Amino acid sequence: MSAGQTQQPIRCLVAKVGLDGHDRGAHVIARAFRDAGFEVVYSGLHRSPDEVVQAAVQEDVDVLGISILSGAHNTLVPKILDGLDEYDALDDTLVLVGGIVPDKDKDDLEEQGVSAIFGPGASMEDTIEFVRENAPER
Amino acid sequence: MSDLLERLLDGDHRALARTITNIENRAPGYRDLVSGLYEHAGTAEVIGITGSPGAGKSTLVDKMAETYRDRGETVGVIAIDPSSPFTGGAVLGDRIRMASNVGDMDVFFRSMSARGSLGGVSIATADAVKALDAFGKDRIIVETVGAGQNEIDIVKTADTVCVLVQPGSGDDVQMLKAGILEIADVFVVNKADLDGADRTVQELREMLDLRGNAGSGRNDGHHASHGHHAEATESDAAAADGAALKQAEAEPGDEDGADAVWTPPIVEAVATRGEGVEAFLDAIDDHHAHLDSTGEAAAKARERYAEEIRTLLREDTAALLTEEIDARGGIDDLVDGVVAGETDPYGIADDVLDPVAACLRERREDE
Repeated sequence: MSAGQTQQPIRCLVAKVGLDGHDRGAHVIARAFRDAGFEVVYSGLHRSPDEVVQAAVQEDVDVLGISILSGAHNTLVPKILDGLDEYDALDDTLVLVGGIVPDKDKDDLEEQGVSAIFGPGASMEDTIEFVRENAPER
Repeated sequence: MSDLLERLLDGDHRALARTITNIENRAPGYRDLVSGLYEHAGTAEVIGITGSPGAGKSTLVDKMAETYRDRGETVGVIAIDPSSPFTGGAVLGDRIRMASNVGDMDVFFRSMSARGSLGGVSIATADAVKALDAFGKDRIIVETVGAGQNEIDIVKTADTVCVLVQPGSGDDVQMLKAGILEIADVFVVNKADLDGADRTVQELREMLDLRGNAGSGRNDGHHASHGHHAEATESDAAAADGAALKQAEAEPGDEDGADAVWTPPIVEAVATRGEGVEAFLDAIDDHHAHLDSTGEAAAKARERYAEEIRTLLREDTAALLTEEIDARGGIDDLVDGVVAGETDPYGIADDVLDPVAACLRERREDE
C-alpha cells in the first residue's frame, strides 16, 4: 500500500451529554483535535447516554471525549461506561472527561473506566499529547 | 478476520463498525474481509445524496431514515465529510442532525472522512456499503458534499442519485454548468418554504427540458416534460398557500415501453419539518422500479463492478510503483535529476514502468 494509505488517523467522538448547553469547550477541543490530524465526530448538544454509546460504537472511535459542565457527571458518565461495556467497547476505547469535576469525584470516575479528566486550565497540547500516547492500538 | 466476518453476519454492531474501520484503514487482511462480504451482499438498495454544503442533506437523511424505519426497514448511512489537506484531520458533523433515530441501533450511521488519496474514498465507500449490505440493511444512504470528481465517483456507486438544491443557489447560468446536475436521478428542492423556491424549481425544469432536446430529441419525452409544467404550476400554488408541498410528479414514461428514458422528477421538500419526504421516497422507489423494468439495474451493476476493478487496479499499481520509487532512493532523488536537467518526468516514468511492462509482456507470451 502506498504511503498515503497506511496512515491511520485517530478517531474521536466529542460528546455533549445531558442538559448542558455549554459547547464552547467542545467546539474548541474538536477544532484542536482536527488540527492535530484526528478525525473528530461531534455529537451535538443534549445527547442522552444511549445516544453517545450508539455513536461511539457505530463510529468505532478510539477516543471518547465527554464534555460535561453541568455537574451531572456522576449520573451520566457511568451510564455511558456501562453502555460501552454492553457492546464490549469499553476496553479499547480511551474515555476522557472534560469539564468541571470536583476532586472528590475524580477517583470514582477513574476507577470506573475514565482514563483522564481535564479540568479548567488544562492545556490543549497536554490533552492532544495524552491522546496520542494513550489511544488504543488497533 | 474471518471471525470478524462471522460476527458481522451474525448481526454484531461492533463487528460491523470494526469492519468499516478496517476498510477505511486498509488494515492487514481487509481485502479478504471484503472478498468475504461479496457473496452476502447485493440485496440492499443504495441511495446517494449530494448537494452543496448547507443544502440540508443531513437533515433530509435523518428524516429519510426515520420514515424507512416507520415502514419497518433497516437503514445504513455513510456520511462523508472532507478532511484537511494539511493535517488530514477532519470534523465530521453530519451526525449532529441524526436526532430522529435516537438509540435505534437499526439505523447504523457512520461518518467517514475523505482521506486524501486519489480514488481511495470511493473504494472505501463502496466497500463500506458492501459491509452494510452484507449485514442485512435494506436501505443504504451515502451522503456527500457535491464538489469535485471524488464526490461524483462516490455517488455514482448508488442505484439512485439524488441531488439536493436549495433556493437562491445561483441563477440559471449556474444550472447550465456541467457536472453535478447531470448525474441526478431525482432532484430535491429543499427549504421549499423559502422565497425563490418556485424559481429554482422552474430553472431546474428548464434545464431538464434543454437536456431532453439536446439529447436524443425524443418528442415523447419532451411532451412528458410539458405535462410537468402544468402540474408544477399547481403545486407551486399549493406551496404558496402554505399547504402541504406536493411532488411535481414525473411519469417514468411507462407508455414508452421498456426503453423509456428516465426524466428526473423534482421534489419539493422542507426537510426540517419532514415535509415532502414521503413524496421523495416514492420518487426513489419509482426510479428503482424503472431500473428494474428496463434492465438498467443489471447494466448499472456491471458498470459498477467494472469501475471497482479499474479503480482497484489503478490504486494497486500506484502502490506498487511507489514502492519501486522508494527502492530507487525515493522521489526526491528523481526530482533532483529533473532539476539538474539530466532527465525529465516522462523519462523517469518510462524508466520505472518499462520493466513492469516487459515482465507482463513476457508472461503473456509464455501462456
